[in-house]
Parts: sequence; structure tokens; C-alpha cells
Amino acid sequence: MNATHGVAVSVAACAKTFADGTRALQSITLEIARGETVVLLGPSGCGKTTLLRIIAGLEQPDRGGRVLFDGEDVTAVPIERRMVGMVFQNYALFPNMDVADNIAYGLKIRGMPRKERQARVAELVKLTGIEGLEHRRVDQLSGGQRQRVALARAVAPRPRVLLLDEPLAALDAALRERLRGELNRLLRMLGITAVYVTHDQTEAMVLGDRVVVMRKGAIAQVGTPREIYFSPANQFVAAFVGAANILEGHAAHEALVLPGGRLPLPAGGRNGPLVVMIRPEAIRLVAAAGAALAGEVESVSFVGDRLRVTVQGVAARAVVVEAPNAATVKPGDRVGLAVDPACVRILADGSP
Amino acid sequence: MRREKAHRAARASGSLASLRRRLVFAGQLLFTLAVASFLVVPAFLSILAGVTANYFVGIRSGVTLQWVVQVLTLYGDTIMRSLVIALATLAATLLVGVPAAYALYRRGGRLSRLIEEVITLPLAIPGLAIALALLLTYGGIPEFRRSWLFILVGHVVFTLPFMVRSVIAVLAAIDVKLLDESAASLGASAWRRFRDVIVPNAQPGILAGALMVVTLSLGEFNLTWMLHTPLTKTLPVGLADSYASMRLEIASAYTLVFFVMIVPLLVAMQWIAGRGRPNGERR
Repeated sequence: MNATHGVAVSVAACAKTFADGTRALQSITLEIARGETVVLLGPSGCGKTTLLRIIAGLEQPDRGGRVLFDGEDVTAVPIERRMVGMVFQNYALFPNMDVADNIAYGLKIRGMPRKERQARVAELVKLTGIEGLEHRRVDQLSGGQRQRVALARAVAPRPRVLLLDEPLAALDAALRERLRGELNRLLRMLGITAVYVTHDQTEAMVLGDRVVVMRKGAIAQVGTPREIYFSPANQFVAAFVGAANILEGHAAHEALVLPGGRLPLPAGGRNGPLVVMIRPEAIRLVAAAGAALAGEVESVSFVGDRLRVTVQGVAARAVVVEAPNAATVKPGDRVGLAVDPACVRILADGSP
Repeated sequence: MRREKAHRAARASGSLASLRRRLVFAGQLLFTLAVASFLVVPAFLSILAGVTANYFVGIRSGVTLQWVVQVLTLYGDTIMRSLVIALATLAATLLVGVPAAYALYRRGGRLSRLIEEVITLPLAIPGLAIALALLLTYGGIPEFRRSWLFILVGHVVFTLPFMVRSVIAVLAAIDVKLLDESAASLGASAWRRFRDVIVPNAQPGILAGALMVVTLSLGEFNLTWMLHTPLTKTLPVGLADSYASMRLEIASAYTLVFFVMIVPLLVAMQWIAGRGRPNGERR
């Protein structure tokens, strides 16, 4: 069960224009390795669900687009013969069947004998931690239980690729976090090729081997969670994945000249107008006297494990700093900001 | 002394208000009863007439079932025919209406809505006009014209919209598109999806539609009167016939038979409507 299985998925030049003329997807090309979990991340309307539905076979790409499973062209294969597993946001469990029948449905369709079916259902029930619920009706389950049943049902027939469409979005925050962990463990254990759609960047970071950030029907950046977080390709990715301070200024002598002072830049940069990104946790608050960069505290929010401090007068927009929760600053204080030049990410010359 | 007087006055006015409230309630109750009895009494009298030995003498002439027996012997065939036609209509609307509702809902779009409107049209067109159209088109085929199947066609045209609408309403309520897609992702063909997932989950709508169809078919008169031949009378047509040509007691006994057939269906319909609601909320 630990062996990597599933197929490599290739999406080749898939665009999607709906009947009413809306262009949901620009031409997209994407390679997903066997056993890899790829997360499609983006705001609503970015085309991530459309891309997932094209891989599933629920939507056809515009002419010229192709979907390949292990090199085999499946573009014309309808969903019921693509051997994919799907988990939907609203579970989509069958209300006329109990939990065990829901999980066994895909096996039954494929003609698996009753004995084997029961064994497989028992295995999945154990795997997803829903023992004892086998004979419950679907409407007697909690949201979290339903999601587990939906997952068990999708993986039961050993699909070639598992497709998950915002599977945790309908759950409350605490449950979402717990299920996220379970899902992560399960995906690693199954080793199945998986495509996971979400608008939640934490989910994307935790679950994805790679994250595909999407915007307006196109791919904004593809990379590991670390690459996406530490080296965003542009302002959109920087701001969508985690909190980001975007600073604009003029670079001179390996420093960015800002209204509040000079921000040291990584060595080897060229001079001229520049846009940089700094994560709030990469900035330290220091004494204003002698600091290269200083400003005035505008607000302080206590968020438990840390303080969120905004500082004005440093750049055109207020700078957000995540400080240790023991720090004693209050609005109106003059503070200095210290930033390791290695943590300053230069964005491609102000492109949005 | 003065205070006691004021107290008594207040108590008097209080009891006056409660008296007025009670009078208003009694008035409303009387009015409701009057309206209800205006509607119920004729039905009751009619049923009573059906078991009275001699209507002109009155109920003191004795209670009898002889008229009911006479109706069953004289008009037994119309009752049977009505039942056969109602069941055949049900079968046809199930076979045509349920898949049609699924297809129309699943497909969506302007064309589907247009088709739905066309199917619904017979509700707005008088039964006589539908019958006339059927006669003009198919009346020339004598075997068909003489058979009860001719009436069946009229009944199917007339009742189909009730089945289709009722099923579409349920399909919309259970988000059938999502269920359909998830069954497809598990490998189910269109037919397996329809059989395993769509029909079982649309059951409340199908059942409600079925009861409606049977009830409407049993009671249908307009269309049937135009389409029938002396050898293909249905219950309501026979009823009209007996009013025109038989003793009042027989016509009344006939009404009684009709009531016995139709009331359980109406009760079942109410029961399903009542049961469907909390179920729908839970989903």
C-alpha cells in the first residue's frame, strides 16, 4: 500500500471557453508526476476548478487541448471510463445508500465480487477512521464524517488519479485543520497521484508537493511550497501566498532608498527603480536610534503567539511586522526595523 | 371607597373585553362552519341519497346497498376501464415523464425550458380543445378510434406535465447534477446512474406525481367525454350518463363508489406531501 501508484498526468495546451463566450482558462500546460500531490491554488474564478474538471473528464478542453494519463490520450474518454476518484466540496454522497454501500459503489460498478468488496470496504473504513458508522444513513453523519466517507468512496476502486475539489471548505476551522493533517497522512500513505483544488494557502502549503498558483485562468507560478513562499515570481503570488510587504523605491549602492531610511539589498543588484517583497516575520523591531530604517508604530494587534505591528513612515504603505508577543511597543512609538538582506526578495521590476 | 369603585369598574371593563374576544371567536367559528358545510353538505347528501331506499320518501324509507349493487352490475365495466386507463396512464407517464424530467433538468438551457413549456401547455388548453385536436388527427383510424387506447393518449397528454413538474422539483431540491457527477466519477454509466442514484433519490417526487396522475385520470371528464365511444365509457362519463338517464339513487350510489375510490388517493397525496417536507429540510 506504500508503493507509489497512479499515473503521471499531462495537461497539454488546455484552454476552456464556455458556451456563453467566457474564457475560463487560458492555454495551460502542466506535468504532474506519478504519485505527486499537486495543489491548484488561487482566488475564486481563477480557473482552478475548471482545470480539475478537465482532468476529471467533466469538461472538455477547447480544440487542441489534450489530457494524457501515462502518455495515453484520454481527452475523448468520458469520466466514467477514466478511472479517476473525485472528492467534492459538498461531499455528494448518495442519500439512498448507507455508508458501506456508498464506499462500495465504485467496486460494485466494476463488478468486484461481494466478498472482496466487503474486505475492501472494511480496509477503507479503518484507514479513514470511520469504524462503527458502516450502517449509518448519510444524513446521520457529521460534516467531518461525511468528508471521510467521500474520500474512502473515491479511493476504494484504486483510481489512477485522485481529484479533490475544495474538500475541506465546508468545514469549520478547527475540524478543517485536523482533517488537513489526516488527509496529508493519507495521501502520503496511499502514494497516489493527486490534484487538490483550494483557495486556502495554508492547505496548499501543507498538502502540496508542488503548488500551482493560478490567476485569471492562467498559471502565475509553479513550485514547491518553499519556492512559492520564499521566492514568489510576482506581486500577485507574493500577496496571495501568505502576508507580504511590497516596497517600491530606488536602489542605489546595494540599498533601497525609502522615506524611512535605507533598506540593505542582496549583493550584486543593479541600481534604479525597484520593487521588493519582505515577509512580516523577516523583520525585527529594534531601537530607533542608529537604525538604518525607522518609522512610527501605527497599530498593535495581539494575536496570541505573536504581535502584528504596523509601522508607518517607512514606505508609501504601512509595513507589517510580526514581532514576538513579549515585545512592548504601543502606537506612536518610534521604532527601527532590521532586515536580513537575504530575506529581501526582489520582484521582477514592478510587474503586477 | 372611591378606590374600590375604580377597581370594580376596571374589573368590569376587563371582563367586557374578554367577553368581546369570545364573541368574535364564536362568530369566526360559525362563519367557518357555515362555509365548510356549504361545501360538504351537498357531498354528504349525495352519498346519503345513494344508500336511501327511496330518495323522495327520505331516509326513513330505510338504508340499503341495493343501488350500489346495481351500479356495480350496470357500470362495473366503466369502473374497471377507468382503473385500467388510470394504471396505463401511470405506466406511460412514469416511462416517459421520469426520464424526460431527468433529461430536461440535467441538460438545462433555453431549449429544455421551451420543451418544458410545451409539455405544460395542456394545463392551459381546455380539455375539449385537446380532444378535438386528437379527433382531427387520429380519428380517421377506426381501430384506434374505437379502442380505449384513444382515451389513454388523451389522459397521458393531460397528466404528463404533473409528473414531469413534480419530478423536476425534486431533482432541483437534491442537487442531482452533483450526485450524477459523483456516480459518473465512480464509473457508473448513464443508465446505472439513472437506476442506482437518480430514481431512488427522486422517489418522493415520483410518488407524488404518480398519485396526482392516477387521481386526475380517474376523475377526468372533459377530454374523455369527447373521446369516448358507447363501448369505451369511463367512470366519470358513466356518471354523467347515469345522472341523465337513471334514478337519482343510482347516480348517487355511483358517486359514492367514486368517492370510495378517490378519497384514499387524496389522503395518500396529503400524507406524502406532509412527510416530504421535514425530510427535505433534513437534507
